[in-house]
Amino acid sequence: MALPAEASTGFKFDNVKRNQLLGDKGYKLPTATKTGTTIVGLIFKDGVVLGADTRATAGTIVADKNCEKIHYLAPNMYCCGAGTAADTEFTTSMISSQLALHSLNTGREARVVTAMTMLKQYLFRYQGHIGAALVLGGYDVTGPHLFTIYPHGSTDKLPFVTMGSGSLAAMSVFESRWREGLSREEGIELVKDAIEAGVFNDLGSGSNVDVCVLTKGNVEYLRGYSRPNERVFKEQSYKFAPGTTEFIDPAAAQGEDATAMDVSA
Amino acid sequence: MASLKPGEANLGTTIMAVKFDGGVVVGADSRTSTGTYVANRVTDKLTKVHDRIYCCRSGSAADTQAIADVVNYHLDLYTAQHGGPPTVSVAASLFQEICYQNKGNLSAGIIVAGWDKHNGGSVFEIPLGGSLHQQQFAIGGSGSTYIYGYCDKTFRPGMSKEECIQFVKNAVSLAMARDGSSGGVIRLAVITPDGVERTVVYGDRLPTQYSD
Repeated sequence: MALPAEASTGFKFDNVKRNQLLGDKGYKLPTATKTGTTIVGLIFKDGVVLGADTRATAGTIVADKNCEKIHYLAPNMYCCGAGTAADTEFTTSMISSQLALHSLNTGREARVVTAMTMLKQYLFRYQGHIGAALVLGGYDVTGPHLFTIYPHGSTDKLPFVTMGSGSLAAMSVFESRWREGLSREEGIELVKDAIEAGVFNDLGSGSNVDVCVLTKGNVEYLRGYSRPNERVFKEQSYKFAPGTTEFIDPAAAQGEDATAMDVSA
Repeated sequence: MASLKPGEANLGTTIMAVKFDGGVVVGADSRTSTGTYVANRVTDKLTKVHDRIYCCRSGSAADTQAIADVVNYHLDLYTAQHGGPPTVSVAASLFQEICYQNKGNLSAGIIVAGWDKHNGGSVFEIPLGGSLHQQQFAIGGSGSTYIYGYCDKTFRPGMSKEECIQFVKNAVSLAMARDGSSGGVIRLAVITPDGVERTVVYGDRLPTQYSD
C-alpha cells in the first residue's frame, strides 16, 4: 500500500479533523496544559530583570507546582513563556538552536532584535495556533532590550512589561512603582513584588517566584528567589504512640510463650 | 474578509496623514488593545519603511507589523538594485499588492505617506479590501469615523507645515476623546526633504475639546 510521504519537519495537524469531529459529537476534548501565568520584565540602570511564577495548570488542576517558565535562549538572552506550556517550551528551544547556529556562523553574539524577529516570524507563520505569549529580555552589543511577543506575531518594545493571566495584577505594581534608572536591587525587588501580585491575586498563577537578571556579559538565574507558599510542618502530629490501640495478643491468650516458639522442622 | 482572531492584539486606532508643499505630516494615537485591556499605551503606529517613507498602521498589530517588515525589505532591496531611493507610490504599490493578494487572511488598513524628489510629499490610503487611493489627506482606523466631518470642514489645500501639524493634533485628539479604542499620546512625524522630525504630544498636553 502506498503511504503519503511523511513531512520531516514542523507540526503535524493530522488529528485536527478527528478532534473537531469528536468535539461536534459531544465528546469532551482533552485540554492542553496551560501556564495560566504571571510573567514580567523590566529594564533597570544596567540591564534587564525577568520574572515568572511557577504554577502550571490543566483546567482547574495545578499540574506542576514548581515549573520553570524562564527559558534559555542564548548566553545573553532569556525568555519568559505564558500560554500553552508545550508551545512556549518548543518555540523557545527551537529558536535557541537557530540562534546558536546563527552566532556560530557569524562569529558574534546574537542580538536580541534577531531573536525577536525570528520568534515573531515563526509565530506569525502559524497565525496564532501556536499559543506562545513571550517576554523576551537580553543584553547585547547595543545594550539592554525587552520585548513582548504575542501568539499572533505582534511585538512591543517597552521599558516594563507583563504578560499572562496575572499581567493585570503585575502591571498595577509596575505602573505605580517603575521609574527610569532603578538600581539592580530595586529592579529585582519590583519584579518580585509584581510576580507576587500575580501569585496572590490571580488563580492561574501561584507557588514561587523565579527571577533572572541579565547585565553586560553576565546572567544570574535566581530559581525560587521568593518562596511565599512553602509547605510547613504540621503543628499537630498524626502519628500514634505505640500501645494506643488495645488488642488481644493471640500468644498471651493461649498461655504460650510466643518468643520461644519452635520454628524448626 | 479576515476579522480579528480571539486574543489578537488590535490597533483600534486613529491614524492620519496630511500633505503640504514640501512634505507630509503623519500622526497617530498610541493605544494597542487586546479585548478591553490596553496592552500598550505608548505604541508607535508610525512605522518607517524607508528613509522618507512612513506607514500608519491600523487593524491587527501582527498583520500590519508583518506587512511593514516585508515592504521594508523590498524597499531596501529596491534601493540597492536601483542605486537610489524609491518613490512613495512604489512603496504604496508594494503595500497594495500584499494587502490585495492576501486580503482573505489580513485585517490591515494602512496609510502610506512620505516625500520623494519626483512628486514631493504624497499620501496614499489602502483600506481593508486592498484598493489604493491617492489623497490630499487621509484618515483611518476606528477613531477616524468620528472626525470625517471635522476634517472635511477644516482641511484646505495649500496649508503650511505648521498648520498641518495643528490640523493633525486637533483631529487625532478629537477622535481619541470619542473613540474608546483610541487614546494615550499623539505621535507625529513630519517628513520633508531635510529629514524626518518625530514628536510626541503627551496625554495631558492634548488640545482641549468641548467635552473637557
